[in-house]
Amino acid sequence: MNPSLLTVSLSPHMYSGESVRKIMTGVLVALMPAWIVSLIVFGWAALKVSALAVISSVFFEYLIQKYILKKDPSVSDGSAAVTGLLLAFNVPATLPGWMVVLGSFIAIAVAKMTFGGLGNNPFNPALIGRVFLLVSFPVAMTTWPKPFSGAMAAVDGVTTATPLAIIKEGLKNGLTPQQLMSELPRYSDLFLGKMAGSLGEMSALALLAGGAYLLYRKIITWHIPVAVIGSAAAFSGLLWLVNPVKYMNPVFHVLTGGILLGAIFMATDYVTSPMIPKGMFIFGGGIGILTVTIRVFGAYPEGVSFAILIMNAFVPLINRYCKPKRFGE
Amino acid sequence: MRSGSPKTFPQGGVHPHDSKLSADKPLSMLPLPKTVAILLSQHIGAPAVPLVKAGDFVKTGQLIARAEGFVSANIHASVTGNVKKIDPVKDVTGYKRPAVILDVQEDEWAGGIDRGLDLKKDIPGREDIIAKIAAAGIVGLGGAAFPSHVKLSPPKDKPMEFLLINGVECEPYLTADHRLMVEKSEEVVTGVRILLKGLGIDQACIGIEENKPDAIDILAAAARDYPGIRVEPLKVCYPQGGERQLVKALTGREIPPPPKGLPSDVGCAVFNVGTVFAVYEAVQKNKPLIERVVTVTGPAIQNPSNFWVRVGTPFHELIKAAGGLPDKTGKIIAGGPMMGRALDSTDIPVTKGTSGLLVLPEDQAKRELVENCIRCAKCVFACPLGLEPYLLMALVERNQLDRAFGERVLSCCECSCCSFVCPSHRPLLDYIRLGKANVFKKLKEQKQK
Repeated sequence: MNPSLLTVSLSPHMYSGESVRKIMTGVLVALMPAWIVSLIVFGWAALKVSALAVISSVFFEYLIQKYILKKDPSVSDGSAAVTGLLLAFNVPATLPGWMVVLGSFIAIAVAKMTFGGLGNNPFNPALIGRVFLLVSFPVAMTTWPKPFSGAMAAVDGVTTATPLAIIKEGLKNGLTPQQLMSELPRYSDLFLGKMAGSLGEMSALALLAGGAYLLYRKIITWHIPVAVIGSAAAFSGLLWLVNPVKYMNPVFHVLTGGILLGAIFMATDYVTSPMIPKGMFIFGGGIGILTVTIRVFGAYPEGVSFAILIMNAFVPLINRYCKPKRFGE
Repeated sequence: MRSGSPKTFPQGGVHPHDSKLSADKPLSMLPLPKTVAILLSQHIGAPAVPLVKAGDFVKTGQLIARAEGFVSANIHASVTGNVKKIDPVKDVTGYKRPAVILDVQEDEWAGGIDRGLDLKKDIPGREDIIAKIAAAGIVGLGGAAFPSHVKLSPPKDKPMEFLLINGVECEPYLTADHRLMVEKSEEVVTGVRILLKGLGIDQACIGIEENKPDAIDILAAAARDYPGIRVEPLKVCYPQGGERQLVKALTGREIPPPPKGLPSDVGCAVFNVGTVFAVYEAVQKNKPLIERVVTVTGPAIQNPSNFWVRVGTPFHELIKAAGGLPDKTGKIIAGGPMMGRALDSTDIPVTKGTSGLLVLPEDQAKRELVENCIRCAKCVFACPLGLEPYLLMALVERNQLDRAFGERVLSCCECSCCSFVCPSHRPLLDYIRLGKANVFKKLKEQKQK
C-alpha cells in the first residue's frame, strides 16, 4: 500500500451522519401537518402564499450568495426554504403576493444574509419578515379570511376576526369573557383549527404532531416548547384566578393565536435560541410571559412574534451567564 | 452478583453504531514476525534506559530497558534474537522515537517464567505484588499506558476505597477486552484479588457495558466466591469507559477536573481488564508484559480477529494475518474510531497500549465539508464534561486563550463526542486540542516569568 494514499486526520474517524440538510428537511416534514391543515382551511390561497414565500426566500438567498457575496450558494441546505414556509405560516392566507415576496426579502436579505447567513443572525428571520409586514401593512396583515370560505375568500372579502381580536375588542368594551363566549369558536374547533388566524397557526393538533416528530428525530429538545407554553399558561392562569371576569382562561390563551406555532417552531430556531437547558427555560419563560403581557395589557391582540424577537435579543447574554454543570466542579 | 437497571454517567454521551465485527472471534496467536521494534517509551513518563547494545543476544522475557525514575516502566524482549540496532522508529504519533530492533529467532524464554496455562489462585503478599508488577513493566493497557505500580502506591493523604475494573470497551469495533473477559475470566478475577491486596482494600467493581452479556455472566460466575468483587452492567453509551464517566457511574463520585484531578482524589483506582490479566501473569507466572490482545478489524477486513501479539510486531503483520489490506483502503487507525490515531504507515510497531487496528475504506476516510455553526447545541448536549465545544472552538479560532481557559478548555478529555454529533461537520475537537496546547504553553511561559 502506498502510504501517501492513506488519509491521516485526528479523531474521531466516525460520525453521526447528521447534517444541516437532514435537519432542515426534518423541520419541513414536521411543518407538513400544519401546512396540510392550512390547505384544507384556506384552499388555493394558502398554497399560493406558501409557494411564493418559499420560492422567493430560496431565490433571494441564492442571488445574494452568488452575486453579492460571490460564493457557492448553499440554498440546498434547506434553511431558506424553512424560513420561507415559516413566514407563510405567520401571515393571513389572503395577503397580496407582492407583500409575501417583500416579506421574504426582508427575512432573507435583511435579517439573515446581512449578518453573515445561516448561523449568524441574531433575530429569527421569518419573524423579522412578519413584523416588518405587520407594521408596514397593518390592515392587510390583520384581514383574516373566514375559514372554509375557499378560494373566494380573497375575492369576495368574507373576512372575520381572530378569537384574540374578538376578546381584545370585547373586553375593552366592558364585556366579560362569559358574554363573549358565544362569539368564539368552541375549544374543539380551536384544537382542530376551525378559527381565523395566520395560515399555519390554525390547528393545535397538527402543530403538536409536528412537534412530536421534531422531538422524536431529536431535532429539538423539549425545554423551550415546555417553557413557553408552561409560562404562558401559568401567567394567564394566575391572572384568570385573580379576576375571571376580566381575563381569559389559560386554555384559551394556549390554543389561540401563535403560541403553539411559536413555541414549537419559532422559538426553537437553533440560531436564535440559547444553548443549554437552563438558558432555554429563561428564554422560553420570558417568551410566554411577554406574550401574555402583550395580549392582555398591550395594544396588539397577539404578541408571540414580538415576545420571541425581544427574547432573541437576550440570547447572547443568556449564553454568557448560563453555563452547563461542569463535571467535577 | 448482578443488580437491577444499568448504571451510567449523568450528562452527555453519544451512541455510535458499535460494529463489533470480531466479538465472536476467539483469541488466537499471531505468528512471530521476522523483526520487531520495541519502543523505549511505551508509557506515560520517562523513557526506559536500554541495557542492551547492537549484537547482543536476548531471550524472550529478558529485561532490555530499565525504568528511569518513579513514573516509568521496564521493557522486556518480546522475542528471542539478536539486537540489530537501537534506532529511532516512527510510532503512532508519527514522530520517530528510539526503539530496540531485534532479528527474530526461534522462541527461547528467559528463566523463571511459568508458561503453563494452569490457574494459580494463591496470591503473595503486598510488597511482593507491587515489586513484581513494577518488575514486569506493566502499564495501563486501555490506552493511556500509565505505569501500574505507581497506581498501587497512592499518596498517604489519599486513602483508597474502591478498585474499579474497566471492562466497558465503549469504542466501536474493538473487542480485545471482551474476548479476554470471556476466555480468561478466572485469571481476571484472580488479577482483581491481587490488585485488591496490593491496594490494601476489599471492594472491587467490574464495569461492563450491557452489550456484552456473555462477559457479564461469565465474570459474575467467576467472582461468585468473592463477596468483595461485584460485576456491574452499564448502559451502552459512549464514553462509558472514560475514567471520569466510569468512576461516576460505579461510585457516584466526580473526579476533579483535569489536568490535576485523578481517581485517587475520590478514593478510587481504575484498571483496564487487559491490565488486570497482565497483572495476573506478572504476579502468578513471573511473566513480563511482552504480548497483548489486539483487535484487527474494519468493514472490508476479510477475517476480523483478536490476536495475541508480541510487543514490537509491525502492524502490517497483523493486517496480513487478518486477510490482507482490502482494496480502496482509505485510513488505518491504531485504536478505535472515536479516539484512535490515523497512521501514515503500516510499519509502525505494536506497543503495550495498542488495543486495536481499524482499517476503514476510502468512503469512510474523508471528512465532510465544513459548514457554518448553526448553534444547534448538539455538541453541548453531547459533552460528558459539561463544556461548550462550539464556544471553545470560536475562542481558540480568535486566539482568546484567557477566555478559553476560563471556559475550562483544559477539562476536555478528547472523547470526540462533539465532533461526532456536529451536523455542520465542524472540526470542534481539533480546535479544542489546539486550544489546550496553546493554553498550556501560555501557562508555562507565565510561570517562567
